[in-house]
Amino acid sequence: MSFYSNSARFNEARRVAVFGGTHGNEMSGVTLVNLWMKNSAEIQRKGVETKPFITNPKAVDTCTRYVDMDLNRAFTPENLSAPGGDDLPYEVQRAQEINRMFGPKGSPEAYDVIFDLHNTTSNMGCTLILESSKDHFNLQMMTYIKKAIAPDTCLVLLNEHPLLKYSTTRSVAKHPVGLEVGPQPQGVLRSNIFEAMRVIIKHALDFIQLFNEGMEFPPCTVEVFQVSERIDYPRDANGNIIAMVHPSLQDCDWEPLNPGDPMFQTFDGKTIHYQGSSTIYPTFINEAAYYEKQQAFVITRRETLVASAIRKA
Amino acid sequence: MEEDKVLCLPRLSQVAVCGGTHGNELSGVYLVRELLKAKKNVTKQEDEEEEAVPLLMVLSHPLQQCFRYIDTDLNRCFTHASLSGPMSGMTPYEIIRARQLNTMLGPKGSHGAVDLVCDLHNTTANMGLCLITYSDCDWICLHIFRHLQANIPLRYIHFDVSNKESYSLDSVGKHGFAMEIGPQPHGVVRSNIYMAMKAGVQHMLDWVQSFNSGSTFEEGFVDVFTMVKHIDYPRDSETRTITAAIHPQLQDQDFCLLRPGGPLFQTFSGETLRYKGDEPLYPFFINECAYYEKGIALSLARKRQVMCKGIVWPLRYIHNA
Repeated sequence: MSFYSNSARFNEARRVAVFGGTHGNEMSGVTLVNLWMKNSAEIQRKGVETKPFITNPKAVDTCTRYVDMDLNRAFTPENLSAPGGDDLPYEVQRAQEINRMFGPKGSPEAYDVIFDLHNTTSNMGCTLILESSKDHFNLQMMTYIKKAIAPDTCLVLLNEHPLLKYSTTRSVAKHPVGLEVGPQPQGVLRSNIFEAMRVIIKHALDFIQLFNEGMEFPPCTVEVFQVSERIDYPRDANGNIIAMVHPSLQDCDWEPLNPGDPMFQTFDGKTIHYQGSSTIYPTFINEAAYYEKQQAFVITRRETLVASAIRKA
Repeated sequence: MEEDKVLCLPRLSQVAVCGGTHGNELSGVYLVRELLKAKKNVTKQEDEEEEAVPLLMVLSHPLQQCFRYIDTDLNRCFTHASLSGPMSGMTPYEIIRARQLNTMLGPKGSHGAVDLVCDLHNTTANMGLCLITYSDCDWICLHIFRHLQANIPLRYIHFDVSNKESYSLDSVGKHGFAMEIGPQPHGVVRSNIYMAMKAGVQHMLDWVQSFNSGSTFEEGFVDVFTMVKHIDYPRDSETRTITAAIHPQLQDQDFCLLRPGGPLFQTFSGETLRYKGDEPLYPFFINECAYYEKGIALSLARKRQVMCKGIVWPLRYIHNA
């Protein structure tokens, strides 16, 4: 019997995957998945098949973000259906393989949940990344995780912006969950970052087990930071960067940036101020991999979403 | 000061500042680019004033696309053996580049080499600002250090390697050091780190100008950290992948004394592995990204005080000649 009149029903989450190495130099996920591939006891839950998987093994071998192109941008419909086999860029071939194994994307056969493990050089702490504001299963899972790790914090980043959203590795699943933990330099394994990621996965899997056993999760509100705009570095006519993230903004992910606040500092010390009309919440501040994507930081706005009660069908 | 207490050294007629020896250590890349831009602007203005310090700015790795290297680590290509010997179509890019730099700034060991090479680097380790050299009795380097230290906190690191075996770019000049600043992730430029490096280079150039004007620099003590050994990560015997991370109590604790029994690593099952050495030593380069492949989790140094002799370039003798 349901306690809540409008409980959304979802099938049990029976097939779950944990991806590491989508970017080969983001070491927490690479290390955790390798550990779990050797011994998966820690990630097993009753009634759930949880598969650890290295998505970009060539990039992991060379400890680089990617070989030909960013795997985490490769899961477009065009790429997934492209003919050409071995002639295709390595990551497109990988995307097609991953789509076969864990998808097909958008179909009933797709995996129920995929966790994709990432690190960032930005001071984002633990961040869960949501791709749809209407995914009540994920909203409830993220609420559960946040409560479970309190007083430690974990924020939710929502990216469903029509232009800034991208086709992620995890998007082949019905419920894709990104987990981003920073700050950590690329190619480096920091013990505190590694353990923080590990604890979040533990709680996420606990949630899935509880859900599968019939627990009903009441309606709740979820604070999210919704991606609204990307801001690039100031550049000269040749495309070279001419200013750095300002020391007042560096490491201040999730803190309010008000109109007139310092934003960039030129190499000779002048300040460039934020010229927007309202307070925003920047994140992904000074992420190494985003210099080539023309992104110094991302602007987000604080929103409160309402998650329906959920229980298994 | 009595003259026999002060060493007379020749003027520094050319100084080279090099950035981008590792292409993803961005402070140096951007600083050298900015210095080159500034020099271009001065020339454009037809400034007739003579350059205060004859300065050569070099982007060591102009083809670099934000990787540490293409074929092999450029900063290990400057041994006498690497700089000589035959080349073929298979010669790694960096060996070729090292020989070009040796022609430009050297030849290493010759009378024609530049007087001073300052090679700019970043590290992911929490080392602050350091000067790294092969000598604990190069008075030029030691006095530059003393001058910088009056303005900025920094440390002097000494690798006891003979000139024959010295392998890095800074060994090409008659005097040389690496200016290393961290922590900064590779591929990132942090404004505080950039500004610290810019200040360090400026203070160095100020000192060179002062020395070249005939100022006397008095003797004094310098704390020198001499590298004793490296410690690698524990690794799986078959796959060689690491099986532990730097312990959270050691992470970011560069130059904090590590005592016997102190925590070194934490395994993935939560066990603490401890330092088994007999002698307390100073750790540095703790968790430097680029050193995983070189089998170095951290380096350990002994600290001692070195008496740095007074030096002068005897301008007055030339005037009286």
